[in-house]
Amino acid sequence: MTGEQNETDWAALLLSVRDSRDRAAFASLFRHFAPRVKGFLMKSGASEALAEECAQDVMATLWQKAHLFDPARASVATWVFTIARNRRIDALRKSRRPEPEDLDWGPEPEPDQAEAFEMQQETGRLAAALACLPEKQRALIERAYFGDLSHREIAAETGLPLGTIKSRIRLALDRLRHHMS
Amino acid sequence: MTIRHHISDQLLTAYSAGVLPEAFSLVVATHLSLCDECRARSAAHDAVGGALLDEVAPARMGEHSLAQVMARLDGGAPIRRSPQGDIATPEPLADYIGGTLNIVKWQSLGMGVRQSILPTDRLASARLLYIPAGQAVPDHGHRGMELTLVLQGAFTDATDRFGRGDIEIATEDLQHTPVAEPGEACICLAATDAPLRFNSLIPRLVQPFFRI
Repeated sequence: MTGEQNETDWAALLLSVRDSRDRAAFASLFRHFAPRVKGFLMKSGASEALAEECAQDVMATLWQKAHLFDPARASVATWVFTIARNRRIDALRKSRRPEPEDLDWGPEPEPDQAEAFEMQQETGRLAAALACLPEKQRALIERAYFGDLSHREIAAETGLPLGTIKSRIRLALDRLRHHMS
Repeated sequence: MTIRHHISDQLLTAYSAGVLPEAFSLVVATHLSLCDECRARSAAHDAVGGALLDEVAPARMGEHSLAQVMARLDGGAPIRRSPQGDIATPEPLADYIGGTLNIVKWQSLGMGVRQSILPTDRLASARLLYIPAGQAVPDHGHRGMELTLVLQGAFTDATDRFGRGDIEIATEDLQHTPVAEPGEACICLAATDAPLRFNSLIPRLVQPFFRI
């Protein structure tokens, strides 16, 4: 991946899909994320054909559920991951994954750009921390997220520094609740 | 509502990774609907998945893939879930009941205790428990893991008090007798990945029949 692509503002593209049903923005998101979703699903044990089909479904879901995307609470990669994971449970385990209640922005969306930017920064720091983990530990986390470990095999302590990103999301939730009430 | 008992990191990792049995996911999702602290923790765990997705080797999509998906998109209104829950019945639970707690069809377990099994995959089972105020649930231990989330009222056992939104995570080593607090009936959502083990003769005999 080139540096230029690294700086693509995926959140801005997804907000454009959310707010203007922007098909060009969707195509850009598709070119970047669909191959990653497909790669992720193949790592999780899906055949190439199933992974292709599911990756297409995931991207179609991204379009349908764009109204639920909140850049102050998740990066686009995180949000796409959650859709891909749910599709995987459905396709490979033939099971469901109940989701928490949706928290909509309500009738007047108020994306806060500063918060969205902070969230992106925080996500970057988490990725860097993940890359610095000892190989063995990182491999275990990957196995867990690729669906390769059962809930009993997952360690109580992953050693991931999740405190700061959690605090950031918590602030966004507090403001959202305030906005709704 | 002050929630004092939360979901463990281990369960949140498993929920984010998508490897929890459906019944456990239902309990977690219901708790997350009531608890912003755990909702934020869960989202932080999802961010790990996002970081891994970003790093994964991309797999080439089919030649006409983008065009096929574009053809499926409609410009119409986005899909929204129509809410059917209420204050005691968060949406994920309402989905399984088909409405609020008021419409649940209860099955008697004796001594006023009632239950209702919810349909999930077979890796674990989920059920609603109704315990009259002041009433005890028979002393039982666990072969597997049991999650109990309080939806209404409160119960106390040897470990602590559990009120609305609190979740108790019981494993093999916990032997307990939950007692509902006086005043209001206690309604819980419980999930287990193994049959419960009762210590008196009668519940053991009815156990296979009631699927608990």
